[in-house]
Amino acid sequence: MGAYAYVAPQSVEEVVAILEEHASSGDRAQLLAGGTDLLVQMRTVDREPRTIVDVKKLAETNRLELGGDEIYIGAAIPSAVLFENEELKALLPGLLEASDLIGSTQIQGRATMGGNLCNSSPAGDSIPAMIAVGAICDIGNGSGGRQIPVEDFVTGVGTNVLESGELLLGLKIPRPADNSRDAYLRFIPRTEMDIAVAGAGVSVTIEADGTCSTARVGIGAVAPTALLVPAAADALIGTQLDDDALNAAGEACTAASSPITDKRGTAEYRRKVVAVLCRRAANIAKQRAAGA
Amino acid sequence: MARVHVEATVNGVEQEFLCDPNQSLLDVLRDELGLTGTKEGCATGDCGACSVMLDGRLVCSCLTLGAEIQGQSVETIEGIAGEELHPLQQKFLEHAALQCGICTPGFIVAAKALLEKNPNPDETEIRYWLAGNLCRCTGYDKIIRAVQDAAGELAHPA
Ligand SMILES: Cc1cc2nc3c(=O)[nH]c(=O)nc-3n(C[C@H](O)[C@H](O)[C@H](O)COP(=O)(O)OP(=O)(O)OC[C@H]3O[C@@H](n4cnc5c(N)ncnc54)[C@H](O)[C@@H]3O)c2cc1C
Ligand code: FES
Ligand code: FES
Repeated sequence: MGAYAYVAPQSVEEVVAILEEHASSGDRAQLLAGGTDLLVQMRTVDREPRTIVDVKKLAETNRLELGGDEIYIGAAIPSAVLFENEELKALLPGLLEASDLIGSTQIQGRATMGGNLCNSSPAGDSIPAMIAVGAICDIGNGSGGRQIPVEDFVTGVGTNVLESGELLLGLKIPRPADNSRDAYLRFIPRTEMDIAVAGAGVSVTIEADGTCSTARVGIGAVAPTALLVPAAADALIGTQLDDDALNAAGEACTAASSPITDKRGTAEYRRKVVAVLCRRAANIAKQRAAGA
Repeated sequence: MARVHVEATVNGVEQEFLCDPNQSLLDVLRDELGLTGTKEGCATGDCGACSVMLDGRLVCSCLTLGAEIQGQSVETIEGIAGEELHPLQQKFLEHAALQCGICTPGFIVAAKALLEKNPNPDETEIRYWLAGNLCRCTGYDKIIRAVQDAAGELAHPA
């Protein structure tokens, strides 16, 4: 039975060393970003003492870079800070919309995309949006790190590929071309402060003649993990994103879903709604790509 | 459990305290520093009664650890009035924008943050900004009117 402790290391090496020490001694350690999931869990479902390892003091997790080829979003940057970056919002409007949907103004001041992903809830709003823009997880560890696409990161409800001694440093996202943009929509029973019944993120590239030349579709809250839906993207690519194409993409999302029934909606309802969200998000992404 | 030593600025005053590693900033403010103006409604991020400014950003003090604020600056409801009440406080009184009052410190801290960012918000902007502040008594309309009136007062002091 351990005791609570709090540490705020200044380097990735230190974080890895602390995590590895704890793993070998059998003591529990847990990473902390904004704490908006972790502190709630510490107070409700998981009260067991542990060493809390704050990742907010690392240069890597605070890195925000809008490079010519790649955008880097550090894992510990709060949503409110990201949302104030106009260039980032213009390049990745859907991803930023998704992270802006997380909680209230107060939650926005702390909550991070890294925490949303690592918490690995099926309904995490930013996860389908990350999948849609092709985000890659930049993982730090004691052996040079590794990179994993977001769609392969979450392995089940609340579980992910991180092994002991590993942390998420940030997300690497290919910089969208001028004619490529994204959108994210979720459905909730209220207008604010609720958990997604279903969510869909879509990114598309629109050529001068109106043809969709690339697409990625991510869906959330309709399966144990957020999913990349290649069949939905295939239904969009090569079309003018006409109604037939949008309907086919929506149907592909429905087909990929394996939702549960809970107080927010039945499985049947979720399967339908995810198709509607995919169609609408694709339309918004198209308008943005054409207007960018 | 080893207590954590923290130095931080609270309402402009440098403070030093010891806290438990899992103690929230809310509990530190109330139990270690005697600043009981900040309230606990839920302790899970839903109600906003515990709203404070941390390095200039609105946060829930119930979802922040006391240990995390080392070297940072916190502003609470106690820091809002000067010689006189802040216009928001005055307008909350004039509009009777409170009944039991447990939500009021959180609303005022949050509304002040809004008006600093957006001095002339419309009703929709106010309602969205304050969506994380719950009130079980007033029905919100009086709160919204008080914030609108305070915005006017701050823009054109009488
Ligand atoms: C009132 C309220 C409303 C909310 N609304 C929404 C919503 O609408 N949509 C939504 O998706 N979520 C919502 N959430 C959940 C939460 O705010 C988000 O999931 C948020 O993005 C979590 O980020 P964080 O930085 O606070 O994570 P933390 O709580 O710090 O961490 C979450 C988990 O990830 C791990 N972790 C954090 N950082 C790292 C890292 N760098 N490497 C490895 N592991 C790490 C932690 O150990 C923990 O298990 C809400 C929460 C509250 C309290
Ligand atoms: S007490 Fe912090 S949000 Fe309710
Ligand atoms: S005045 Fe009672 S909760 Fe708001």
